[in-house]
Amino acid sequence: MTSIRNAIANARRDGDYAGAMDLFPYARFLGIAFSEEDGELLFRLPFSERNIGNPVMPALHGGVIGAFMEHAAIMHLLWNLESAVQPKVVDFSIDYLRPGRPEQTYAVCKVVRQGQRVANVSVETWQSRRKQVIATARGHFLLSRQDDLTPQAGNS
Amino acid sequence: MAEPVQFDYRRAGQRFFSRIPHSVALGLDVVDGGDGWLLSRVRYRDDLIGNPATGHLHSGVLTTLIDQTSGAAAVFSSLPPEGVATLDLRIDHLRVAEAGVPIHAFAECHRVTRHICFVRCVAYATDRERPVATSVSSFMRTGKPLIRPERNRE
Repeated sequence: MTSIRNAIANARRDGDYAGAMDLFPYARFLGIAFSEEDGELLFRLPFSERNIGNPVMPALHGGVIGAFMEHAAIMHLLWNLESAVQPKVVDFSIDYLRPGRPEQTYAVCKVVRQGQRVANVSVETWQSRRKQVIATARGHFLLSRQDDLTPQAGNS
Repeated sequence: MAEPVQFDYRRAGQRFFSRIPHSVALGLDVVDGGDGWLLSRVRYRDDLIGNPATGHLHSGVLTTLIDQTSGAAAVFSSLPPEGVATLDLRIDHLRVAEAGVPIHAFAECHRVTRHICFVRCVAYATDRERPVATSVSSFMRTGKPLIRPERNRE
């Protein structure tokens, strides 16, 4: 179960961002990419017709924007080797501020608080202008597998 | 209040889904629907996997399923159905669904005000009493009818 961590560690050593993202079929499906820019991990979601949620406006699907932020958070934790296993989302809360226009979308993550088992991550998403945030999110992620949502005794 | 014409929610829901390119790409289906509620489904597919070690679907697939199903429940809480925009969406991931099975989402709009719809949603694999995820969301009503009367292609 540490293979994902090893694969990410190797990709990080080689600067192989695309290879790291390719480990996740669904990230490939959405078309998510990322790289390190000016000391921060910058996630990108290039525009694709099939990510449209409102064909009349047109606008990106809110679920796509949410999933993009969620996966950015997971990859952010993995890339910084802050998790021995693939981080598992516990809860995720998204605020939609503006419609996602049919163009490239960006995201950065911030680990607000990291304990031994759980990390709190916030994500910000924008398009052509960074100051014009289109959505924000925050979520908690499990970093260890030992208590992987398994009910505890007396707490079914 | 008399209800002269039966509105076919399931069919209208499916038509709503089929016009959304990303919904078509994910293969989301409407199973059933009614006044302010909708039951939908996403089938398991290899290209939607989020955890390569376990083969579990990506949680983001659930996000889209829940967002769209909740939005549709809000849309179909008024007649004629009215467009909505998601304001916020919170999902609690209660347990992982086993790999290989479809996931269902049941959303109900439990409160409609002049501008806002409040929606609850439960996602589950086979047993609605054992949810994979639960969510609460709110939507802004656009005030514009969503479906133009009967010139819809099927």
